[in-house]
Amino acid sequence: MTTQMFGQRVKRNEDPRLLTGKGRYVDDFEHGAAEVAFVRSELAHARIVDIDVSGALDIDGVLGVYTHEDLEGDFAEPLPLLIPSPGLFAPKTQYALALDEVCYAGEIIVMVVARDRYIAEDAAGAIRVEYEALPVVTDLEAAVKPGSPVAHSDMDDNINGRVTEEKGDVDTAMAAASHVFQWRFTMERAAAMPMEGRGIVALYDKGEDSLLLYDSTQAPTGVRGGLALLFGLDPDRVHVIAPDIGGGFGMKVIQFYPEEVLVPWASRHLGVPVKWTEDRREDFIGSNHERGQVHDVRVGTDDEGRILAMETTFLNDAGAYCSYGLIIPIITAAQMQGPYKIENFRYEFRNLFTNKVPTSPYRGAGRPHAVYVMERVIDKVARELSFDPVDVRRRNFIAPNEFPYDVGVTFQDGGPTVYDSGEYQRGFDVLLEALDYRGWRERQREARAEDRRLGIGIGYYVEGTGIGPYEGAAMKVLADGSVTVALGFSSQGQGHETVFAQIVADELGVAVDKIKVTAGDTRRMGYGVGTFASRSAVVGGNAVFKAAREIRKQAAEVAARSLEVAPEDLVFEDGVISVTGAPDLSVTLGQAALISNPLRYAFGEESQQAVLLAQKAYAQSDRPLPEGMHPGLEAAEFYSPTSGVFAFGAHAAVVEIDSDTCNIQILRYIVMHDCGAVINPMIVEGQILGGVAQGIGGALYERLAYDDDGQIQNASFMDFLIPYATEIPVVELHHTETKSPLNPLGIKGVGEAGTIPGAAVIANAVSDALDHPIDSMPISPLDVFEILHGGA
Amino acid sequence: MAVAPGDSTRIELTVNGVAHQVDVEARWLLSDVLRHEIGLTGTHVGCEHGVCGCCTVLIEGQPARSCLTLAVQVDGAEVTTVEGLAEPNGDLHPLQESFMTHHGLQCGYCTPGFLMSALPIYEQAANMSDEALRKAISGQLCRCTGYAGILDAIRGAAAIEDARTRGDDV
Amino acid sequence: MKPAPFTYHRPSTRPDVDALLTELGAEAKILAGGQSLIPILNMRLSSPANLIDLNHLDGEPTQPQPAEGHVCSGPLVRQSAVERSELVGERVPLLAEAMDYVAHPAIRNRGTITGSIAHADPAAELPAVLTLLRGEVVARSSAGHRVIAAADLFAGPLENTLSDTEWIEEVRWPVAAPNEGFSFAEFARRSGDYALCGVAAGACRGADGTTTIALGYLSMGDAPVRIELPPLDESALESAELEHAVGEVVERDLDPVDDIHATRAFRAHLARRLGVRAARCAAARAVDRHVGGGA
Repeated sequence: MTTQMFGQRVKRNEDPRLLTGKGRYVDDFEHGAAEVAFVRSELAHARIVDIDVSGALDIDGVLGVYTHEDLEGDFAEPLPLLIPSPGLFAPKTQYALALDEVCYAGEIIVMVVARDRYIAEDAAGAIRVEYEALPVVTDLEAAVKPGSPVAHSDMDDNINGRVTEEKGDVDTAMAAASHVFQWRFTMERAAAMPMEGRGIVALYDKGEDSLLLYDSTQAPTGVRGGLALLFGLDPDRVHVIAPDIGGGFGMKVIQFYPEEVLVPWASRHLGVPVKWTEDRREDFIGSNHERGQVHDVRVGTDDEGRILAMETTFLNDAGAYCSYGLIIPIITAAQMQGPYKIENFRYEFRNLFTNKVPTSPYRGAGRPHAVYVMERVIDKVARELSFDPVDVRRRNFIAPNEFPYDVGVTFQDGGPTVYDSGEYQRGFDVLLEALDYRGWRERQREARAEDRRLGIGIGYYVEGTGIGPYEGAAMKVLADGSVTVALGFSSQGQGHETVFAQIVADELGVAVDKIKVTAGDTRRMGYGVGTFASRSAVVGGNAVFKAAREIRKQAAEVAARSLEVAPEDLVFEDGVISVTGAPDLSVTLGQAALISNPLRYAFGEESQQAVLLAQKAYAQSDRPLPEGMHPGLEAAEFYSPTSGVFAFGAHAAVVEIDSDTCNIQILRYIVMHDCGAVINPMIVEGQILGGVAQGIGGALYERLAYDDDGQIQNASFMDFLIPYATEIPVVELHHTETKSPLNPLGIKGVGEAGTIPGAAVIANAVSDALDHPIDSMPISPLDVFEILHGGA
Repeated sequence: MAVAPGDSTRIELTVNGVAHQVDVEARWLLSDVLRHEIGLTGTHVGCEHGVCGCCTVLIEGQPARSCLTLAVQVDGAEVTTVEGLAEPNGDLHPLQESFMTHHGLQCGYCTPGFLMSALPIYEQAANMSDEALRKAISGQLCRCTGYAGILDAIRGAAAIEDARTRGDDV
Repeated sequence: MKPAPFTYHRPSTRPDVDALLTELGAEAKILAGGQSLIPILNMRLSSPANLIDLNHLDGEPTQPQPAEGHVCSGPLVRQSAVERSELVGERVPLLAEAMDYVAHPAIRNRGTITGSIAHADPAAELPAVLTLLRGEVVARSSAGHRVIAAADLFAGPLENTLSDTEWIEEVRWPVAAPNEGFSFAEFARRSGDYALCGVAAGACRGADGTTTIALGYLSMGDAPVRIELPPLDESALESAELEHAVGEVVERDLDPVDDIHATRAFRAHLARRLGVRAARCAAARAVDRHVGGGA
């Protein structure tokens, strides 16, 4: 097998089981477990006056009903603040079970454990909570005003954090600019909505003082470490398995959701396995949302549309609690300058509490907002100065010879934001040619003459990916020549069992389907960070590469001693280690694994041969297991990046506004992206296409309609509109490949790329079609109607 | 016949050709009975209000939402789930093979629903316009793929089936 | 999201259903297709004490049947059967056309025609079609049968005029006359969704060359609304006169609601535009049928 697997469209190792119904998602485990339902706050802000659980206790099949009073010690404390930071001066996290004040509709007040979910829901429905309603604040701009109702009654205002940073000298540059513009941009709340909700199965063994958790989480190692501390258990007796997961998109990262503490607590309390499977209604009101920002932007340009100075003052909607700290607005601020050279830049943001579901990253994680603002600015500058927005972009791009480029602000990992590599103009040319930009401008002119509204929109993004702290891979060669790889982070559909096998395949010369990757099982790999921020391929991939290299080195040493050659003379191919130029002189990889562990046993022909070879190997050294070597072909390697690596890309869309229905039809959607070296093009394309659908969905369909009382009016799939296939256009993909110089594989992340420019592209396209600024997203036919017909 | 709350009744469901006698409460959804009583967890639950299609199975040969069906309602019926698609010897159905070839799945949660709902249409799919095929699979949500791989997979299934019939190595 | 407990009943005959309803009345809901009812039960928006399952009734027709002047559908005729029915395609073309907009295939495979009518959702297609065609239903109970015209059937959102002891055993769809043409148009955000506005149009070409058009709107009030335009000649149909006529009836007879998907004003706008589109198309088809001597 001489074909390199890296870069191939390899079919996925995970597919056979997923296609035949043999995937195992959290709810598929422990059918006999007791099941949980919760009583969640009906009001967005209230004091709990009384909880009457008597109706629930009478129901046959109820095992327990719990309120905050039942929690003791650390369980009764607020949940951990996952990401503190200096700018976060008034953080708040929720209690696992509400203590006395509830701050969003959906906050958990009572836990019911019963024989099955049906009974648990009956019991939950029989519980009466008496509330004293408190003032509700939902709107961001209202929430920041002095005298606003407070989301938390023990605070004087709603501001929990503030960060500001400046690069260069914005005031001087702005004063000197020929043109200064001031604009406001708004992005509303959205939600990840994976097809599988969250879920947890807990098996607490009191006799063993051990806890096993199946958790649909993107960060099993974090959950494990936290629960070990919380329960006072030896971490080696706490294990978290992220099984097959039906999508995450960031929503399943946060630790801890209250349920992640309550379900194992109940298992310990009752001494039985306990399961909670989130239903769709709970997903709307109990799993984190995102997006939600308002930006006030000032831009100073020269006569050519070059941006000399820019500042944004913005508000970020934290929701009722902020365990994820300031990460989202920090990312927005760090990524806002995009591919443009802006020498004077300043931002200030305030993170606000509102009486809504808490927020934490959802695919894009602050970058969609940044790109939306920046790309609208570009288009608006162009319009003001009568330039083509394509030319304004060209004039502002960072040039290829300016890398590494220091953006001048702090990145989400606390280090500086420094772009490692990029070719923005080249990528742009690819996009514009694929689009036939000139051709469509012509068609647009013709359409206008016929009173048809066609618009072209572009969104250009730079995406920081592959941040640390680290990931690790534990790898082992088995006696049959297959390889196991254990990763500390989990997969939610990204093909980890395949892409990482491809890297190993090239290093060890083993077929991809003989490499078994386990992702997210702390029993097999206890160290890891998590799947988020487009980091798995970069950080995990390079860890896998290091581990594979190490295994190869070990295997080469063992084989060399057995074959009496130097390790450099060996070739790894088709599961066999042979001598260059003398292919008959060989051992299989499996035999090398056997030889490396000189035991007294010999099952089967191959291992008998291995024993003989081992004896030969002993003859080459002074002892059976040479100093510095360990038994087996086994390695655990970690990769910690020096910084993030920056992928980039641009999308373009052509839209037409239907003259009767005001519907926004996407006639073309084109993606140009660059994520460095590509491990599996099929999987990368899938990530982009899926991301684009979420971007389009977020731009046109998926509006979370909160009313002034903090109630979501469309908390079901009937009224919260995730696009079907009929709503997504054909998407054309193009890519360039600018390898990162910062990691051995040259890869950059791509998990979020498809989604990031969606709002920007659609907003720009619709603005262009209507000749009217679209500075608030999402946008719907109703919004278009009101623009065209003044709401009449 | 009347079944009171909390009482069970015995029903018969033939699932993937196998007859099952199951004691069920009247309010139990078919999706839950298939998954938990019969142990076939390939059918997934995404919304329990009929919009996402993850729970789609065949009832009397026609795609239907198992989350919107009470098990008692289909007492005596034939149900086909994703576990019934592959051959007994493990050979994948052409649709399954095609999904694998065309990257029609990522997390796999919506996949059983798509497979079942594509069964009545895959043979004509290659001749359908893009618009018509998208319409035919609307009603099934996917959050991972953006649908492109799914459409390619459904379009490609008949060709795989034809190749097998001809004896090609697929 | 699981249903609350209920007592489950499985009648074998229509009189069994009558008897159950007489006994249980307001405490019972009928389960046929369940595609509208079960989501409501799962969300616990309703917790009826009793469910009467029609799915095991003996000898119920599964196909629509021809009758004098109409096509009728019994309680277990699934929407998919009507969708595929040649009889319906020939005789009630509007119904066949509207089926394309009703939800999705998996829902249509289980949902019944009768169930959709009984459910009386003002945003649903089938009640609007029945209203436009001036169809009727046969309601039965232990006390006997009565025929209810579509215009008298829909009391309000999700509310029909049947008494607690009655149920619908037949829906009657009037067949198209040779000089009639029909069209259906709606605007929904996603394929298969409830429409923001929808309209069924029926055009009748008179001997004097004028066309009388009726429009049956959905999502434009508490129940489907049927309005008739004044007779229009060919040139009026081609011109702004049609737009004017539609605009007037929309203004006068429709009372659209505001919700998160559309405002009153937007709905009215859609009603005008879609009404004109459907009216023109129906009128053109009336000519075709007339000239072609029937489909």
